[in-house]
Amino acid sequence: MLGLPALAFVAGVFGIPVLLFLGKAFTDPSPGVQNFKLIASDTLYVRVLWNTVVVSGATTFFALLLGYPFAYTLANTSPRIRRLLIFVVLVPFWTSLLVRAFSWTVLLQPQGLINAMLVGIGFVHKPIELMFNRTGLLIGMVQMQLPFVVFPLYSVMTTIDPAYVRAASGLGASPVRSFWKIYFPLSMPGVLTGGLLVFVTSLGYFITPALLGGLRDFMIAQLIHDQVADIGIWGVPAALSILLLAGTFALFGLAKAAGVRTK
Amino acid sequence: MSNTHRIWPVARGFVCGLVIVYMLVPLAIVVIISFSSAPFLTFPPPGFSLQWYKAVLDPVWVDALMTSAIVMVPAASLATTLGLGAALALQRPGFPFAGPLRSLLMSPLVVPVIVTGAATYGLFRFLGLQGTRTGLVLAHAVLSIPYALATISTSLQVVDPRLGQAAASLGSAPLHTFFFVTFPMIRAGVFSSFLFSLVISFDELVVSLFISSPEARPITVQMWSNIRGDVDPTIAALATLLFLFALVVLLVEAVFGNGQADK
Repeated sequence: MLGLPALAFVAGVFGIPVLLFLGKAFTDPSPGVQNFKLIASDTLYVRVLWNTVVVSGATTFFALLLGYPFAYTLANTSPRIRRLLIFVVLVPFWTSLLVRAFSWTVLLQPQGLINAMLVGIGFVHKPIELMFNRTGLLIGMVQMQLPFVVFPLYSVMTTIDPAYVRAASGLGASPVRSFWKIYFPLSMPGVLTGGLLVFVTSLGYFITPALLGGLRDFMIAQLIHDQVADIGIWGVPAALSILLLAGTFALFGLAKAAGVRTK
Repeated sequence: MSNTHRIWPVARGFVCGLVIVYMLVPLAIVVIISFSSAPFLTFPPPGFSLQWYKAVLDPVWVDALMTSAIVMVPAASLATTLGLGAALALQRPGFPFAGPLRSLLMSPLVVPVIVTGAATYGLFRFLGLQGTRTGLVLAHAVLSIPYALATISTSLQVVDPRLGQAAASLGSAPLHTFFFVTFPMIRAGVFSSFLFSLVISFDELVVSLFISSPEARPITVQMWSNIRGDVDPTIAALATLLFLFALVVLLVEAVFGNGQADK
């Protein structure tokens, strides 16, 4: 009984409208699957879908590359430094994406701090394009997504018993070898969970690619927004949304299955 | 010990330092630039001035800030009330369909927000809620319900259900039991849920972009339309205000809530 109002509210304001919207993929402008055929045959749509996958994949890779050593330190340091490092990830995590994307536009613009430093040390002769391209987009995306790899990795790493690594070292394994043979495989559930979480959520990113990416870095969410809000067509963006949701649920299902298997 | 054994801790320290700079410096730069005396987003600023905070007093920004403030309180109240009811219902042993119901209530977190935005836009145009504050309240509340449910459910987990049963067997009416036995124990969780929902509503951009109008335009949407045009440090001042709002709410949550921001 107490759950009924929430159920009715979420169904009415979220569930039913989302289903009605997705339904338009098969009914607008006329019944059938022509919207999906259009997406598959138009090189513009195919390129945007491919872009979305590539950018999300690259974001995941770099987020894991930075997040893994950071989470390792978080799991193996004194409580005081741990609190400081958690604060470092938590503050941006709770700061709006808009504010963070804006802060990158300030830093990456031609007259921005990074260009000034690059010119100052003589690395480049004149300011280079750091935003409205793939570089700026990835710099922003990885920063937005870093907390989502750090927390799953950290929570898995705190459960790894240091006795295993000590045992390997005691049996003569070098630190590098005992890390790759013992520690890294034990941390794999965190890598998988964090990596999948970042990849899946990156697929639907809108604010960061719109502010930092170039026209050639267009992602699926920008296409959905522009078609619905600016052009006012519903069929194709609904079909794109179905593809986005299918990817989301398939990968979350995979993550769940992987989580069950490793437990 | 060969040299390779020393390289890894140093490399790890370097990555951690890099992550700290990467996560915090962009925000710090924006805060500093908001006090700049220059008319552009230059760093370092040539001098100190409060001119950009004065510029925030322009009616355009004040109206948008007012809209955000007016929307966030009912949105957070609605989300927390509905989340509380659902959390109480779902924690009862033997509640039918608890799994699917929880999944439905958590789904606004899983479905990409761009899809939610387009779907809400379709519904609100049909219902005449497009471009109204009521529409913004409803849409923001839906996005906060997963957080409210998760936060309150966590705080309910530590409550011994036998306490409620004991009160009931001693003749306490269900409502009386709730207000005098259960609620005092989960008060911190309910408070945290309310605070998180405030921040979520205040920072929301993507759904608001679809459903706002010149009459009901929250601060994030107003900032969005300016960021994509000619940017002056007024945006930096507003970004600083948004950042400080989230920071203050999180500190209040850490002190008076159940400290779930870092979980």
